[in-house]
Amino acid sequence: MTAFYPPDSEDTLVKKTSRGRFGDRAIAFFASASGVAVIATVLLVGLFLLWRAIPSILQDQVPFLTSREWNVNNPDDLRFGIVDLLWTTVLSSVMAMVLAVPVAIGIAIYITQYAPRRIARPIASAVDLLAAVPSIVYGLWGIQVLAPAIEPFGDWLSENLGWIPLFAPGLTSAGTVYSIGVVLAIMILPIITAISREVFDQTPLLHKEAALALGATHWEMVRTTVLPFGRPGVISASMLGLGRALGETMAVVIILSKPAPGSDFSASIFAGGETFASKIANNAAEFDSPEKTGAYIAAGLVLFVLTFIVNAIARWIISRRKEFTE
Amino acid sequence: MSTSTVRKLDPESPSSLTGVKGRRRFVDRAMRVVVFLAFLLAVIPLFWVLWITISRGIGLVISPEWWTTSMRNVGPNDFGGGAAAAIQGTLIQAAIATAIAVPVGVLAGIYLVEYSDKPLVRPVSFMTDVLTGIPSIVSGLFIYALFITTFGFNRMGFLVALALTLLMVPVVVRGTEEMLRIVPNELREASYALGVPRYRTILKVVLPTAISGIITSVMLAVARIMGETAPLLILVGYTASLNPNPFEGEQAALPLMINVERGNPLPPGQERAWAAALTLILIVMLLNIGARIISRFSGIKK
Repeated sequence: MTAFYPPDSEDTLVKKTSRGRFGDRAIAFFASASGVAVIATVLLVGLFLLWRAIPSILQDQVPFLTSREWNVNNPDDLRFGIVDLLWTTVLSSVMAMVLAVPVAIGIAIYITQYAPRRIARPIASAVDLLAAVPSIVYGLWGIQVLAPAIEPFGDWLSENLGWIPLFAPGLTSAGTVYSIGVVLAIMILPIITAISREVFDQTPLLHKEAALALGATHWEMVRTTVLPFGRPGVISASMLGLGRALGETMAVVIILSKPAPGSDFSASIFAGGETFASKIANNAAEFDSPEKTGAYIAAGLVLFVLTFIVNAIARWIISRRKEFTE
Repeated sequence: MSTSTVRKLDPESPSSLTGVKGRRRFVDRAMRVVVFLAFLLAVIPLFWVLWITISRGIGLVISPEWWTTSMRNVGPNDFGGGAAAAIQGTLIQAAIATAIAVPVGVLAGIYLVEYSDKPLVRPVSFMTDVLTGIPSIVSGLFIYALFITTFGFNRMGFLVALALTLLMVPVVVRGTEEMLRIVPNELREASYALGVPRYRTILKVVLPTAISGIITSVMLAVARIMGETAPLLILVGYTASLNPNPFEGEQAALPLMINVERGNPLPPGQERAWAAALTLILIVMLLNIGARIISRFSGIKK
């Protein structure tokens, strides 16, 4: 960390003369208090969700992590497990990531390595604007416009590759994991592109010139200098995008159709389902007893932990890279 | 080596070189097309979403009643209607969230940069990252568990504002931090050299230099929270009428209005859902464009 006041000797001088001033003490106090408030809020969120979730998990009649049941209407006989939610959440988010990452890398390379500077800026702004569209609008557009448009390709996939469980023909209407995966991919594209763009832009010019001097074509230069240099940044960007997709609520609520209670498990992307976030949002109107609410808070807690882990990995990769480059 | 390779030293020049032939030249050309297609692929959904929203919603949005009346006494079968109640609710909730998140976020950002010798800097920075990653539904759930389950409050607009605050604070902290870090050190040193105390240096030199960047990040944060729907579903009920009081009763908001009207399969309902979506996008885009314009006037250049 860089200290922004003068070097040591003068520093102590400045500090000594100014410690007693009311204004100095006030702003130091408020700044520290705000910092502490941030720490306290995060701890409070974690502890509070735990405190509200644990009683319900203890009363759970089925194993919380492995059961497919979800029936919390009777407070004396709570039966809820998260394995279905976990599957749908992870499947749709990973699908979104698999679709978005190659496209994001392509855009970032185009903007930083191919496009003339004059048009690179407007292109970057246009991709950034994708992030400005609220998720509920993506949901509305996804179910009414996009899902019907991409359905034929989905049908073709399940007809020809249906023997793979992932593509098994399931509910072939609009509200499938397949549809929401594509919509989530569009939603996380701007985040991944923005970070990839930044790291690609930092590739040392000397590396690039060296590659060209050795006779590399433009693409060979990108492949041997820009891509290896940017790899950690792209990985962490993908993880941040994954974290966003895991917690996305409204688009999933609108697009994904809920399977009938007690229906068989399907691993296919052409089935419906519920994610952690959509499960909570779909049942928000029925939070009446503390036990019942606790079950949904437990689901929220798992989502919190899941996004925390994914984001922590992303930050860890970024910080490790910083140590290397500095 | 032929002399033609010498010409390749300029990294910006296209590699249509005489020396490169066959497979290598093909791959080079092909990849140029591939990355351009990737860009096209990303622009398609943007224009598609905007086109659909505009074409389906513009009819209502251009009528003055849309902006001035509420949905009160408008039946599901009636065409027309107004978004005044929803716009009012969205603006009130966003204003409260901003009023809380900006002081806390800016001060925490000041703490991270100007007090970088303090012991809590690393934990604050880490927790800001964690807060950035909290999904909006979890933020809403936390406010629900704290205020409604534990303290027994009723559902109201103010609680939505609190949930939005949680989402907004980390964005403001990071934005402030980034701007303060690029304020040249010479400015601080010059100020200290003139005997100006630290707090006056921060308030009169550092903050004014960074202010346009901070305003930009605040506007982007506001634009982001306005479109959040998940906390609204948990923390407040929808109403067709105007309710300017965030502390009592149900309060409409644009995302809630979209959500309610999309449930109405009749053409008037669908039209209102798209019109509300267009209204929301208009407000968010205005904030985004405003933020970009302000950042152009930034006092510091990177």
